[in-house]
Amino acid sequence: MAPSDASDTPTAIGNETDSKGRLLTSDGRPLRAALQRANRRRKLTALGLVAPLLAFILIFFAYPIVQMMWRSVDNPAVVEALPRTLAALEEWDGNDLPGEEVYRALYEDMLADEELPRAEQKMGPLAVRLNYEISAARSAIVRTARNVDEMEAPYKEAFLDAHRLWNDPTIWRIIEREGRPLTASYYVAAVDREYNAEGEIVQAPENRQIYVALFGRTFMMSVVITFMTFALGFPIAYYLSTLPMSKANLLMIAVLLPFWTSLLVRTSAWIVLLQGQGVINDMLVALGVIDDENRLTMIYNQTGTIIAMTHILLPFMVLPLYSVMKTIPPSYTRAAKSLGATPWTAFRRVYFPQTLPGIAAGGVLVFIISIGYYITPALVGGQDGRMISNEIARHIQSSLNWGLAAALGTMLLVSVLILYWLFNKLVGTDSLKFG
Amino acid sequence: MSASDKRDGFVVFDKVQKSYDGETLVVKDLNLSVAKGEFLTMLGPSGSGKTTCLMMLAGFETATNGEILLDGKPINSVPPHKRGIGMVFQNYALFPHMSVGENLSFPLEVRGMAKSDREVKIKRALDMVQMGNFINRRPAQLSGGQQQRIALARALVFEPELVLMDEPLGALDKQLREHMQFEITRLAHELGITTVYVTHDQTEALTMSDNVAVFDDGRIQQLDPPDKLYEEPRNSFVAQFIGENNTLDGVVKEITGDECVVQLDSGDLIDAQPVNVSKVGERTRVSIRPERVEANKERLKEGAHTIKAQVLEFIYMGDVFRTRLKVAGNENFIMKTRNAPDQVRHKPGDMIEIGWLPKDCRALDHD
Ligand SMILES: Nc1ncnc2c1ncn2[C@@H]1O[C@H](COP(=O)(O)OP(=O)(O)O)[C@@H](O)[C@H]1O
Ligand SMILES: [Mg+2]
Repeated sequence: MAPSDASDTPTAIGNETDSKGRLLTSDGRPLRAALQRANRRRKLTALGLVAPLLAFILIFFAYPIVQMMWRSVDNPAVVEALPRTLAALEEWDGNDLPGEEVYRALYEDMLADEELPRAEQKMGPLAVRLNYEISAARSAIVRTARNVDEMEAPYKEAFLDAHRLWNDPTIWRIIEREGRPLTASYYVAAVDREYNAEGEIVQAPENRQIYVALFGRTFMMSVVITFMTFALGFPIAYYLSTLPMSKANLLMIAVLLPFWTSLLVRTSAWIVLLQGQGVINDMLVALGVIDDENRLTMIYNQTGTIIAMTHILLPFMVLPLYSVMKTIPPSYTRAAKSLGATPWTAFRRVYFPQTLPGIAAGGVLVFIISIGYYITPALVGGQDGRMISNEIARHIQSSLNWGLAAALGTMLLVSVLILYWLFNKLVGTDSLKFG
Repeated sequence: MSASDKRDGFVVFDKVQKSYDGETLVVKDLNLSVAKGEFLTMLGPSGSGKTTCLMMLAGFETATNGEILLDGKPINSVPPHKRGIGMVFQNYALFPHMSVGENLSFPLEVRGMAKSDREVKIKRALDMVQMGNFINRRPAQLSGGQQQRIALARALVFEPELVLMDEPLGALDKQLREHMQFEITRLAHELGITTVYVTHDQTEALTMSDNVAVFDDGRIQQLDPPDKLYEEPRNSFVAQFIGENNTLDGVVKEITGDECVVQLDSGDLIDAQPVNVSKVGERTRVSIRPERVEANKERLKEGAHTIKAQVLEFIYMGDVFRTRLKVAGNENFIMKTRNAPDQVRHKPGDMIEIGWLPKDCRALDHD
């Protein structure tokens, strides 16, 4: 073809461009727009598919978590109940008792509250809230509020007569400190600290330090449980992976049995087995391993929790391990042996490293589940087998200190996230194989 | 093969039997001797027991009966890692969590070799397979052919005297496979190692081996060098399995020395060489290679029997012509002729006469 002909030759279809040099489709629309249109449909379909689950998670998972985190710092009681008192306290030097105008403001707050309909009264929540900070606060507020309409000026004396707490600058410091819509005091309590008379954060007295130790114990027990599930699960997963499919499925049922048994049945079984007069102790005594007087306590303590949780969480270790081992062909170990490695070396240097993604996945699953486990420790844990979740549940159900429960829960959540992040840094989640 | 030189082989299978389930024998009475430096190929259809034999030799399966000797010593009770046999697996079995260098270093490390010595050997082995630049790659970052080379280098790096390969080229495309066939044979001969190679691909077996053992049904059907195997198959199975083959069924009419006349089921008489037949009246299946079928009378022996054939199809393949004929009722009778200037190009429907030299037409067993 002569060079002069070249300009007359039409460009091939699909390579046409418009005036701005954008690629066009064969019927002349801009290629990019056409592609977007083609993709929009796909995106809409995808959105439609995930929308129900997304909505479900937002409503029943994300929203409660945000709520919980909010509750751990939310502090409406004082602000709502004592607006005048808080305004008056701004002038206070914070050392001695406040002056008359503060007591008058408190009187007015209480009187105003009296006139509200019962459901809207704020003194009850205030009493509960302040009682978290100082234990006499509930009776002081309830008793004073009951008789506030009979009070007369000077109010300072009247209050000092009504309850001895009003004579203590501490209560005023607490009111001033907690007279803000957000508080850190739940977190302060959750790490076994408290405010001293000067308003500084200090270590709580020894007999009230429980949470840090409990976090430590929860962490330690989770490590032990994770290790136990690994030690028990690795060999069985290996054995399962070497079996033909039909047999492996049958045995897998045995591994999955904990999933299918009712919690109460399972727990009663543990009690029957593990208690002082239980099957295991009886057997050990009968075999002469232990004396009748020295029966082992294996339930209602840490041992009980660890045994029962290891059993329950075993499948979470076995399943990822099995699915990883299933994909490792036996030829790797054979190759290692043919290259001169002893069976142990072949296992250690060739087989084991390839199971690491499974171990990591199983370990993360078991650890994260056990660190927040509640029901088993509650049933068979006794006093020293309790975990942090049991304390959270106690604050929600019986002590009704939801703020503290929320603070503990948030700390638990954050520590799990930090661990996961650390794990991701060290191992990398892309190497995880969950099943 | 006499009893004495049987034991002389470098690798010897002596009356070896193998059963996995106690009911059926996968390997039945295997006798085989491989000389030092020999390249022996086990060829056979899938399921004929080749891998099982190799696994017994490597030590991953135990022989149910019989003895396997390596360099004159029985190895039935020697564990695999003490046999010092290099092995290339079909899926290569390169350790995915180790780099190429670490893979090659592994057999040397477990032998307690010093680091400096290891480096020298690894480098030499990689250069041998032209993969010197890939020492830091992971197996997953290599193509199939490259993985194949590394697997080969790893099996050779600790300088074994015997190397086993189980369908090592099965996963490669045709061109790469042909190239690797050449590379493997070159290396095996250069290094003077004894090789036992397993394949189900007959071209591979013919082009690479010093000797080929054709397996079927747990037995060696024939053990011979490639040319002998192709030209002188000892039974119908081998004739059928190796290369392209035309068969005609009939009855032996006459036997005179190393020639016989066979009357085909259609009534036609043809010349053949008796291989598996001994007496007149016996049923036989004669086998003729397509390239030995002759349509040009001048090239046949004086007075040779010829047979009528009808051309069904003429396929032009460039270097050769492939003519499908109907001969004595067999509609898949192939004749291959070289594309020479004077060669006749038959048309479908033509009636021609074909024949062959008696030694190219082998009267074999009829099963
Ligand atoms: N591990 C095993 N267990 C039971 N049967 C097997 C096993 N390995 C191979 N077989 C059987 O032995 C026969 C020969 O198999 P194999 O040696 O792999 O043949 P090839 O390598 O020639 O294809 C087949 O029928 C196969 O099903
Ligand atoms: Mg095989």
